This record gives sequence, C-alpha cells and structure tokens, in this order.
Amino acid sequence: MTATLTLPERPPTLKAESKNLDFYYGSFRALKSVTMPVYEHKVTALIGPSGCGKSTYLRCYNRMHDLYPGNRYEGSIDLHPDQVNVLHPSVDPIEVRMRVSMVFQKPNPFPKSIFENVVYGLRVRGEKSRSFLEDKVESALKDAALWDEVKDRLDEVAVNLSGGQQQRLCIARSLATDPEILLFDEPTSALDPIATGSIEELISAIKNQVTILIVTHNMQQAARVSDFVAYMYLGELIEFGETREIFMKPKRRETEDYITGRFG
Amino acid sequence: MTEKHLSTQFDAELTDISARVLEMGGLVESQVAQAVYALTTFSGDVATQVLEQEQRVNAMEVEIDRDLSTIIARRQPTARDLRLLIAVSKTIGNLERIGDEAARIGRTVQRLLNAGVSSRMRLPVADLQFESELATRQLRKVLDAFARLDVEAALEVLKQDDQIDREFDGLMRKLITYMMEDPRTISASIDLVFVAKAIERVGDHAKNLAEVIIYIVKGADVRHNTPEAVASMMR
Repeated sequence: MTATLTLPERPPTLKAESKNLDFYYGSFRALKSVTMPVYEHKVTALIGPSGCGKSTYLRCYNRMHDLYPGNRYEGSIDLHPDQVNVLHPSVDPIEVRMRVSMVFQKPNPFPKSIFENVVYGLRVRGEKSRSFLEDKVESALKDAALWDEVKDRLDEVAVNLSGGQQQRLCIARSLATDPEILLFDEPTSALDPIATGSIEELISAIKNQVTILIVTHNMQQAARVSDFVAYMYLGELIEFGETREIFMKPKRRETEDYITGRFG
Repeated sequence: MTEKHLSTQFDAELTDISARVLEMGGLVESQVAQAVYALTTFSGDVATQVLEQEQRVNAMEVEIDRDLSTIIARRQPTARDLRLLIAVSKTIGNLERIGDEAARIGRTVQRLLNAGVSSRMRLPVADLQFESELATRQLRKVLDAFARLDVEAALEVLKQDDQIDREFDGLMRKLITYMMEDPRTISASIDLVFVAKAIERVGDHAKNLAEVIIYIVKGADVRHNTPEAVASMMR
C-alpha cells in the first residue's frame, strides 16, 4: 500500500547485512535464512517472543557462538564498507570482536579497577602508552556518561559501583576500542527505571559514533530508542521496518498481533 | 485474525470506549434531527430539549476523553490499538462540534420565535429539512461504518459530501431571492443562512469521521484529498 510507505529523509548507509543467515545449535536450526540490513549510526531493535532467535542473531555478529562446540553458521554477515564476511572461517574472531563489541544483560565488570576495566581491550590490543590510555579512559567514560561520577576514583574496584553505573562502565569498556558496531543484549533488564533511562539516553547519544543493534523484551524501549525494528518469530525475520512504521502501521499481521499484545 | 489481547481487561476497555463513542454519535444524530424539526415546526419546546441535550453530549466528551488518557497511560497501546484510540479522540471532538451546531440551530429557533416569526412567513424551511436529512444520513452512515470499521462505507461518505455542499449553495440562492422579493424576511432569512451553514458543517464533520475510519483501518492519513485520490490511496 503506497499510502503508508514512509521513507527516511535521507537514505541511510548500510553498515552491515546478514544474507540467508542460518544458525544451528547442533542439529537445531535456530535461525532460518535471515536476510536483514543494519544501517550506519542507527539503532536497530530486535524484538520477538522468547526463543524467537533474536539473541542468537545478535551473537552471530561478533562470533560469540564460536565459544561452544557444535554450533554452526551458514550464510553471511558482511561488514561495510570493506565487505568482510565476519562468519568466514578465515576471519579471526578476535578481530571481529574489536570491530563488533557487546554489552550484556547483566553488568559484568572485571574484578579490577574502573580504569583497568575501561582499558582492558586496549591492553589486549597491545596499547602501552599511559597518556594514550588515560585519554581513552576519559573520553570513553564521558561518552558513557559516567566520567563525572567516577573521575576521582578511577582506581577503585568497579564492582563497588551501582548496577546502572556498572552497566555504563561496561559500555565505556566497549567504546574504548572504537568499535564500529555495538551489540546490546537486553542491556537494561536488570536495572531500575532511572538507570534504564540513563542507558537509553546514552544509546541515543553514542549512535553518532557507533552503529547499534539491541535486543529488548521491552517493546516501549524499542519504540523509544530505535530507528529500525526487526520482528522475529521462530527463527525467522517476519518484518523489518522503520520504528515509526512498525509501531503505527506494521505491514504484517503477525507483527501487529505481537506488538499490540494479541500474541498467544 | 487474532482479535483478542492477552489482557481481557484491555479488550473490555477498548470495546467499552468504542460503544460509548457510538452512543455519543447516536445522541448528536438525534440532536441534529430534533433541531431541524424544531425549526420546521417552530417548536420552542423541542428547541429547549436540543439545548438540554448539549450538556449531556459535552459531559460524554469529557468522560470519554478522561478514559482515553487512562487507557493510554496504563496500556501504552501500539499499532491498530493506538490508531483506534487516536481516532476515538478525534471522533468525539467532531461529535461534540456537531452537538454545538445542533444547539446553534436550537438557539436560532428560539430567537426566531421571540421575534414573532412563524410558519405564516413561508420561509423555505422545507429545503433546510432536505439539507439536514442529507447531513444526518451521512452522519448515520459514518457511525455505522465506525461500528463495523468499514472503509468502503467511509469512502462513500466522502464521495457524497459535495451533495450537501451543492444543496447549501442552492439554499443560499433561494434565500437571497426571498430577501430581495420581501425585505421584511431579511432578518429571519439571515438566521436561516446560519442554520444552513450549521447543517453544512455537520456534513463536514461526518466527512472528518470518515477519514478517521480510513486511518484506523488502513493507517493512511487521507485528509485534504479528493475522494478519487483517497480511493487510489486505499488500493
């Protein structure tokens, strides 16, 4: 229907793209031929009921599934502009994770100081210059809206921070390596509404420098923070579209039933 | 089609609010019919009843509006539920204004009676009745379409709006002729011009409601388009 076709003002640039992506946990096919674009400097939310494959899909982007034997990818995920297929066996997963970083559901700071948490990835990469690391810590913590709260106690252990602060620290840790894509797997489901609000605010602020993919169970959160929404069900991509369109007039009945709470 | 929400309470709230919109619609429809009846029969009693009804219509609008806010705050509706609730909000605004137009006619009848106007003056009230029948028929049709979420019927209402506009233009010419032939009718004829305009506005509101129905069902904003353009947008 032409009337509801609303295009963004400027066509977004493609940052990544999965093509016919299948994923198997052993013999179980958890993703079924998922072809979907991810646009640069946009927030794409993955929604769908539990077990629909949205977290599985997210984890393919930084090869998290490599950590367990028996997992198998088919198809491709190309990063643009160099069109590297991150799933290709010749591509080093460590390299992939430098470019595609992840923030988890529960904040997972390392049992180290705030400073050491932020520079962890940089040290793995071999950075040694103290002044470079200090600059990075300041800029990453500022980007993660945590600097003002911790600048005077960077040597304290990170686990003493509040849950919301810990999550922002994890975001700072991810940002410190200048990733191109940031993956969020339900980043606020363990946080209270105020901490959730600050993470959402942060997501909007950092999307100028990084492309974001977020899995969320909170539909309103998807509506608030994302530019694009992908609705998945039983391992398939049912509908992908602009957030405004998905929440006002989705094209597929299944999507509409799910977001209006008619899913049973 | 899965019609029911996981929350049966939410279903009940939506059904209830739609039913009350229709109830309000029925009320203003009869209000318009009564107002025109008061005019054609020069009945002060009926005019008073019309004015009394206006208070009920206003109260219903306030009540439905309040419940709308509650549903939005509590349920955070999306997609067709959100479209329905936005549509309800617009619909009751239009219905309330139709009620205002009926009240305007009622007050005009009272003023005419106070000025000693009666059926003996042979004003063209029958033409006004015809125009009002067109308008109330449109209103009834659009309320039916709302109840059944019938976009085809809504489109019919859009197409037929210019019939009322034509009737209004004809009435204007007729009233001008009356005024020129007998200057004693000027004051009363001017009042009738306003009545004709009020009825024409009822038709316009019915048209707005038709557009709202298309919005609920199709998600398309079809305002400010010709009926032909709307039909092609719906395809």
